[in-house]
Amino acid sequence: MTLMTMRPRDWTSHPRYIEPSYRSTVLRGPTKPLIPLKHTLSELTGPVFGHDSVGPLDADLTRNGRRNGEPLGERIIVTGRVLDENGRPVPNTLIEVWQANAAGRYIHKVDQHDAPIDPNFFGGGRCMTDATGTYRFYTIKPGAYPWGNHANAWRPNHIHFSLLGPTFVTRLVTQMYFPGDPLLDLDPIYLSLPTGVRERLVSRFSIDVTEFGFALGYVFDIVLRGASQTPMEA
Amino acid sequence: MNLRQTPSQTVGPYFAYALTAEQYGYPLTSIAGGTLVTGDVEGERIRIEGRVFDGEGKPVDDAMIEIWQADAKGRYAHPADPRGSNTAFKGFGRMGTGTDRENRFIFDTVKPGSVDGRQAPHINVIVTMRGLLVHAFTRIYFSDEATANARDPVLSSVPAERRATLIAERKETPTGIVYRFDIHMQGPNETVFFDA
Repeated sequence: MTLMTMRPRDWTSHPRYIEPSYRSTVLRGPTKPLIPLKHTLSELTGPVFGHDSVGPLDADLTRNGRRNGEPLGERIIVTGRVLDENGRPVPNTLIEVWQANAAGRYIHKVDQHDAPIDPNFFGGGRCMTDATGTYRFYTIKPGAYPWGNHANAWRPNHIHFSLLGPTFVTRLVTQMYFPGDPLLDLDPIYLSLPTGVRERLVSRFSIDVTEFGFALGYVFDIVLRGASQTPMEA
Repeated sequence: MNLRQTPSQTVGPYFAYALTAEQYGYPLTSIAGGTLVTGDVEGERIRIEGRVFDGEGKPVDDAMIEIWQADAKGRYAHPADPRGSNTAFKGFGRMGTGTDRENRFIFDTVKPGSVDGRQAPHINVIVTMRGLLVHAFTRIYFSDEATANARDPVLSSVPAERRATLIAERKETPTGIVYRFDIHMQGPNETVFFDA
């Protein structure tokens, strides 16, 4: 049997581990060169999650945290396709998301930002891609919030994304941003990527996705590592 | 068609209520946790525990560790495994370091078998945390597999003086077998991370 190996991590598409302007990287990023690892069955397999891992409200963050009313803020739809580098859709793959509420406050106990918690908004959820690699979830547009990286530092509006993809090496943890956000040009996490690359993380407003009278639509396509042309002996 | 990879960004400090909700006591089910074994799974029960240390030697309390491993016979629960996917043992675990008083990650699992007869038994690891812009790949090998470790092609590709950072120490304790695997992000004992 032969297995397709996966293409390498494209280091022109990812940040460096140590990025002094994002202070926490300085003591946490590995400093020694990574050791190249030829893919084996261990890298070319990975956890499989089916549609049964997503509950009925998991993909609707406007409903999954309700207690006594609707969450506050601007309702939005986030949709897109998950593709691999070869342009093939990645079907039936799990996407986990989390974010701050409209006021810029996370439900996480560690978040001490002086902005209100919304009793009707949790901020975490998940969805699966369909057979065409398309995903879609409803949420509230997240607010900006201050953080301690430097004087008067604010994170731009963003939604965290976590994908496992088809194998262990297709794992991707990233953040989706919003078009026209003035904080992007000041954010060391976004700016850890070079011009021409970072723009891939900015979603696109779409009037076609927007639902009349209900919610604005944003499109965010995701590209995971794809199979290379060299097969591996298994 | 040739598309470019979506760039990685840090998982940040607030992942717990979404990615490890049950462990941290948030009202969302979790897709995985620290317990990989279920009652009827074959194999030697083991616990893997360790901490993550930053460049100043301080334990990290907001890291997330994910493991992916074969079952006791070396089979992965995945359709690409040529010997046929196992079903009882899923092989995926996920734990944050923020709930244990000592900031340990703890996995209760079975010791994996060799996946292809060439590689020594090992567990695949993803490390991610605030301050890590790209997740890091490493592997856990076992101290009681010296012969297999000496022949392992991946371990052999690591400079000899750094191999020990990938080997978990086996200890028999009154409550069972515990392997200790600490992860050092930096410093003289910096863990080997792979460009996988």
